[in-house]
Amino acid sequence: MGTCPQYIVDYMQEYLDGDISRENEQQLKQHLQNCASCRQHMHELSDTVAFVKSAAHITAPPHFESEVMKRLPKGKSRVGVQRWFRRHPILVAVAVFFLFMSTSLIGSYQNNEFSVTKQPNLVLDGQTVIVPEGVIVKGDIVVKNGDIIVEGEVDGNITVINGEYMASTAVVTGEIEEIDEVFEWLWYEIKSMANTVVELFQ
Amino acid sequence: MKLFEISFVNISDQKGGVGYKMDALVNNRIKQVLKGDQNAYSDIVNLYQHKLYQICYRMLSNKHEAEDIAQEAFVRAYINLHTFDQKRKFSTWLYRIATNLCIDRIRKKKPDYYLDAEVAGTEGLDMYSQLSSNDKLPDDQVEQMELQDRIQYEISRLPDKYRSVIVLKYMEELSLQEISEILDLPLGTVKTRIHRGREALRKQLNNL
Ligand SMILES: [Zn+2]
Repeated sequence: MGTCPQYIVDYMQEYLDGDISRENEQQLKQHLQNCASCRQHMHELSDTVAFVKSAAHITAPPHFESEVMKRLPKGKSRVGVQRWFRRHPILVAVAVFFLFMSTSLIGSYQNNEFSVTKQPNLVLDGQTVIVPEGVIVKGDIVVKNGDIIVEGEVDGNITVINGEYMASTAVVTGEIEEIDEVFEWLWYEIKSMANTVVELFQ
Repeated sequence: MKLFEISFVNISDQKGGVGYKMDALVNNRIKQVLKGDQNAYSDIVNLYQHKLYQICYRMLSNKHEAEDIAQEAFVRAYINLHTFDQKRKFSTWLYRIATNLCIDRIRKKKPDYYLDAEVAGTEGLDMYSQLSSNDKLPDDQVEQMELQDRIQYEISRLPDKYRSVIVLKYMEELSLQEISEILDLPLGTVKTRIHRGREALRKQLNNL
């Protein structure tokens, strides 16, 4: 067989593919008639094909389908996840909060620094914020580690963290919240973050 | 004579009909799954489980691994279902996921030199019999094997690039075009691999 041209073997393969031109097939047949070793080669190739084709069909084990169903992830599609976020903004905020923010927030809580939301017309007296009489503050005010005295008007919410809210004849259109405990303060942060999360997903 | 012609036409219609109905069913289930109905996926698994398991078993020659990889392929398909183009054939996409997982698994088990040798493997077929001689059993043991065991044994000794085309062509009975899509190879490469795969198998079978 060493003396036989390579194209004869190629023709054998084309023949087995059922993809051989009439000319090449003629050439192959002529060669096989005269060459015992190529005849042998052709036989062996045909036998090889018959051998693999005699492979039995194999079936999956009995509980295959239910095993696959068990392995599927539960909260699968992205649509589903977004929907879940929108339905449970507080939980998402809690998770985000504890993952990324806890150290910095607790740190800032513990350093007892006085701070107040920047609003025009506010008067500062040490760690006390005063909304003077006749003044209208538009927007929310958050005071940390200090008190607030409202004599004028606030068109928004007031939140006092670690301090007191004092008023006499004040007009406050929004909610007034006083937060003294660490947990309450965290809860406040979480709620405001939840509102941000809800906005993000809408 | 006329009756014969009529029944012949009917048979070919039915054949086309079955394929069409199956594609329609699969696409319908895919839409349901994408809407969030996880249970609809069980019909898809049911439909393809045997073929997918067979591919994995023929590739890996190990029942536990085949089961694990076939299940994994279904899970991956589920997770990535939103990327599947429903104008295309689902089975092709699914088989592609499975064959890729099988090939990954095979390569992880193999020592590196085996891999390199295969990439470098050019025309010389002698190299393959040398490479697979590692897993070769004694001749008398091979001769005593039952036919089905012997088939799997010989398939398992093929280098994986030939094994995949031979399995897909002769055991899954897929067209060269489908094989080329599943393996992401040009049609010509698929043909060459089938030729070399047959030749390698012939040598294995006649080397006893
Ligand atoms: Zn010859």
